[in-house]
Amino acid sequence: MAQLETESPIVLPDDPNGGPEVQLDYPGYRSTRWRVAQRPLVTLPEEFHRMDGPVFGQDAIGEFDNDLTRQHSGEPIGERIIVTGRVLDDDGKPIPNTLVEIWQANAGGRYRHEVDQHPAPLDPNFSGAGRCLTDDEGNYRFVTIKPGSYPWGNHENAWRPNHIHFSVFGREFTRRLVTQMYFPGDPLFEFDPIFHSVRNPKARELLIAKFDLGITQPEWALGYCWDIVLGRGGARTTPLET
Amino acid sequence: MTLARTPSQTVGPYYAIGLTRAPRAPQNELADRSDPASLQLIGQLLDGQGAPVGDGMIEIWDGVGKRWGRSGTDSEGRFSFVVTKPEPRPGEAPRFDVLVFARGMLKHELTRVYFPDEEGANAADPVWSGLDEAARSTLVAEAEDGALRFDIRMQGDGRSIFFEH
Repeated sequence: MAQLETESPIVLPDDPNGGPEVQLDYPGYRSTRWRVAQRPLVTLPEEFHRMDGPVFGQDAIGEFDNDLTRQHSGEPIGERIIVTGRVLDDDGKPIPNTLVEIWQANAGGRYRHEVDQHPAPLDPNFSGAGRCLTDDEGNYRFVTIKPGSYPWGNHENAWRPNHIHFSVFGREFTRRLVTQMYFPGDPLFEFDPIFHSVRNPKARELLIAKFDLGITQPEWALGYCWDIVLGRGGARTTPLET
Repeated sequence: MTLARTPSQTVGPYYAIGLTRAPRAPQNELADRSDPASLQLIGQLLDGQGAPVGDGMIEIWDGVGKRWGRSGTDSEGRFSFVVTKPEPRPGEAPRFDVLVFARGMLKHELTRVYFPDEEGANAADPVWSGLDEAARSTLVAEAEDGALRFDIRMQGDGRSIFFEH
């Protein structure tokens, strides 16, 4: 079907020179229209980019907060997975003791949230929320189930690729990151405007976890590895090597 | 060694599952309600058509007192915190740093709340003083019925000022 000329396409062509930035006004993601903040932003003096952010203690973490398969009396339905990796500064230094929070849909592609009316079943044994602190080497680790795809009404027949939402603090409040981790080989990538709002294909790869047989536990759970790199945005953005 | 940083993606409409419901303690109380100096910091998050953003999230940070807070927005776009005024850094005005997240925002934005009863300190603040009058006015909370009101407008008339981060 021909695209209406007055409407922008859902997915724009790749921009290999685009750097690691997301295109904030990406037109294919309709909700950006009235919510994106106008550019340019006001520049802050350099010292305001080096300020410590909040530090959370172990008391913020419950016993099963990093194992989403053990938060209820029974086990959730779905493909059990381990998701682990490191949180790093862009100079390569691991960030220890920083808070990592995740949330996700269940195996059927349904969120435990009143706004989500997708007619897929809720799982009484799955809340879909996790949190942990990174260890001394910057490692985080979650056990969960693989989230399902779900329709989201952005455009005709719109489905999100499988993903887990991540929120990470890091050392500096100005390096705070909220993002989404995707799974390798998802056939929905090419149709998803949120994923493609990162127009550099090499930068998009940074959002995709790697399957890892070494992390995979025999007779138990598939393992995925995903490192998270926190860096400065704006004018100081480091160009991607091509 | 410089690593490419992980791109941002939107917080989406279901962030409450992981960010505002899961934590055990209230996250929007940076001060004790029984403290006579405590007051409510309230506001509305509004989009470019003036409509409330009912699936947004605000985080505030007092870098001197090391106090952090988080509030989701309700169906009217309202958020609220219990705060006391932060101590200022030398040569700066008291303020909170503010992060704004929402469905439809592919990356969060950074702004600031300054206090209406700190005119002298605000005028001397190196960031506030470098802004024009229209920009300054979007960064100062308004006293309202014993509370402080700080509305955040993403676009249009009176749009909030956001900082590079």
